[in-house]
Amino acid sequence: MKTLAVRFQNVSKSYGPTRALIDLSLDVGAGSIHAILGENGAGKSTLIKILTGVLAPDTGSVEVFGERLEHAGPGGSGRHGIATVFQELSLVPHLSVEDNLFLSEPRRGLFGLIDIGKQRREARPWLDLVGLTDVRPGTHVSELPLAQKQLLEIAKALARRPRILLLDEATASLPGKDVDRLFDILRHAQVGGLSVLYISHRMSEIERIADRCSVLRNGQHIETFATKSRSYADVCRMLAGRDVSQIFPPRRPAKHDAPVLLRVDNLSAVDLVRNVSFTLRVGEVVGLGGLEGQGQKELLLALYGAIRPSGGTVEFAGSRFQPGSPAQALSGDRSLMLLPDDRKTDGLLLSDSIEDNMLLCVKRKLGRWGVRNAAAEDRIVAAAVDQLAIKIASPKAPVSSLSGGNQQKVLLARLTLNNPSLYILMDPTRGIDVGTKQEIYSLIRSLADQGAAVLFLTTDLEELIGMCDRVLVFYGGTVCRELLGSAITDVGILEASLNLKNDAKTSEAAA
Amino acid sequence: MKFRPRNLPLLLGTAVLATVVLIYLSVHPRGLSSFVVQSYANSAAPLAFAAIAQTFPVLTGGLDLSIGGIIALTNTLASELVHGSPLEVIAGIVIVLGVGAACGAFNGALITYGRIQPIIATLASGAIFSGLALFIRPFPGGDVSVELADAATGMIFAIFPVCVAAIAALLWLAGLLLNRTLTGKGIFAAGSAPNAATLSGLRIDRSIMAAYIMSGIFGALAGLFLGFQTLSGDATIGVPYTINSIAAVVIGGLSLRGGRGSLLSGVIGAFALRGIGAVLLFSGSPPLAQPLLEGMVLIVAVCAASITLVRQPNRLNVFS
Repeated sequence: MKTLAVRFQNVSKSYGPTRALIDLSLDVGAGSIHAILGENGAGKSTLIKILTGVLAPDTGSVEVFGERLEHAGPGGSGRHGIATVFQELSLVPHLSVEDNLFLSEPRRGLFGLIDIGKQRREARPWLDLVGLTDVRPGTHVSELPLAQKQLLEIAKALARRPRILLLDEATASLPGKDVDRLFDILRHAQVGGLSVLYISHRMSEIERIADRCSVLRNGQHIETFATKSRSYADVCRMLAGRDVSQIFPPRRPAKHDAPVLLRVDNLSAVDLVRNVSFTLRVGEVVGLGGLEGQGQKELLLALYGAIRPSGGTVEFAGSRFQPGSPAQALSGDRSLMLLPDDRKTDGLLLSDSIEDNMLLCVKRKLGRWGVRNAAAEDRIVAAAVDQLAIKIASPKAPVSSLSGGNQQKVLLARLTLNNPSLYILMDPTRGIDVGTKQEIYSLIRSLADQGAAVLFLTTDLEELIGMCDRVLVFYGGTVCRELLGSAITDVGILEASLNLKNDAKTSEAAA
Repeated sequence: MKFRPRNLPLLLGTAVLATVVLIYLSVHPRGLSSFVVQSYANSAAPLAFAAIAQTFPVLTGGLDLSIGGIIALTNTLASELVHGSPLEVIAGIVIVLGVGAACGAFNGALITYGRIQPIIATLASGAIFSGLALFIRPFPGGDVSVELADAATGMIFAIFPVCVAAIAALLWLAGLLLNRTLTGKGIFAAGSAPNAATLSGLRIDRSIMAAYIMSGIFGALAGLFLGFQTLSGDATIGVPYTINSIAAVVIGGLSLRGGRGSLLSGVIGAFALRGIGAVLLFSGSPPLAQPLLEGMVLIVAVCAASITLVRQPNRLNVFS
């Protein structure tokens, strides 16, 4: 039998009454790339925290290459050769790239002082390896875009020369070409004997990279199998414990005669958005695709009044629209509202209650003379919880007590309660399990069917293909191509994203 | 120093200082002279030490309200110990600095192990330190080595103030701690991303301890230098330094949010703040109106340092 890199034996862990892991046993073979799948709340994060030494299991033991893992804090797992790429990133914003890269083991020189020159030299190959070739090691991490931070987080883990690498949703904000590069690095390192634990929601990625795959559900180990030995439907059934027949809701034929809700004309802002023009009709779901950092986010923030445009006009519901702040954009009869991509820092007030988070934008409208209308609040919160099927113990509980998927639903409820005419959704399914994704997709579709319009930014190709009536592909700060109907395919979007065919501005498959 | 957006607050602080110095020299009755440089430097030096002391806790995202108390305690202690034979003087200085470090360690322990908010912990400990100072010296008095005092407040070759050279040397040493050790990296991390640093295996608690110990040592240096200036000890001498040290670091461009910034901020801010006071005095404004005017100038100076936000097109960046 092959040697084992990690062996969990009868591990259990509870947080108060919640049982996160129940008598879990799981083996990870040395030198393999082993994927762990599970919905949010299935116990994946707890598994990682136990393996990184942040948490100690209540019962059971963890062995790493035959040695019992001591739970002596986050520094401890490093001694066993375990390095982790954390989903929420373990970078210090106001330190330089090189400092962050070697944060656990700084390169020292005279008198044990950190040798900046040496760090800078040694940083270069690691940065090049993950594709950060144009990043200077002296740059502060806070000045990097999210995708580059994620790459740096990967470089940081690799720089520790681990025997076991844990990747927790490491590709959540990476564009496709960086995912390809990461997979090349992993395969290469695998040959050198590295064992990889790969945690992801993206089934397509797991099929590409993993040798074996384990499914967790409700804190229990359901099954481990060779990756391609099970169909997608089988895996979904294991994950959800039920049949997930169709992920995306059925699409209606596009209405070309619906009234125009939003007309953007030559909009420019902060050097990242350049002369963007498009229209959006009532009832449409329009996707924004393209590589990360092509101005999509800034465009949406400019529409929302968070970024002041430097040129161009926006017409919304028939009149000139120039919000000075998000507060203006989301008030009024015909409003638009934005769902930020980072729900924890830009979306939720984490320590506030579920109901307060939902009611954040409508509280003032409900109450009178600044006095809260508790009865009405309770009523609409209960209705929203019901409508979105949010699993909560009490609306008074802090929103941080919810799983990621339910947190996202709370945030979506905040939008729907304000009843905007235009929904701007930035990566609404980031880091969310399949079941909740499906619910969010059908919610988006029903919002559009009820007469709203949706602008949908996502890094996931499948979502663009499955959800959107039209896709605007961004390149270099502007819409480089508009894809309609059956022209929305992987190849079509990728070609446009990389700006491969510049001649055809609009390509529509013959209907 | 290369221009980078992150250096802007510090550069603006420097601009404020340069403006203040120019006005100072133009309104000073004696113009630019060796004596004027000496007296300016000596009047600003204690505040500069206090502001450097304040910088460390601020970088961790905290605040030290006990700096005045530490200054009072070490100043009264210096008036008891720092005189007599050279050996006694050296021993006295070591004890004074050691007591400063101990005060800082006490603060650090309250915050990291006692889990008390920095503001509350240092407010309380500051009262304790002030109380001890009063116990040592209920009335101003005592004795500080005159030879050493003359040397510390004097000039090198009659052109360069000794205290500025000392500040520069100590700043270099403190900079090594801050930028070239893991403990120093942890001080920055404590103020911006403590969880990330902990996940990377850094000992944040040690870094916070180190920050408050450094604060205590620089507070003691301020107390000691005040002793050199007054040649005596006074248990009430530290009171204005707590708030002024905060004002100084802010003028120098340090963000009270923590996690980023430079030790230079404190020095620049201290010299600017002292300069503003002197300018108001020389320009003949009524002494009773001084606090009022100083406050107004302070607001203008700090607003000037954040002028870049006016042109910020992204509202999400205004408050972060």
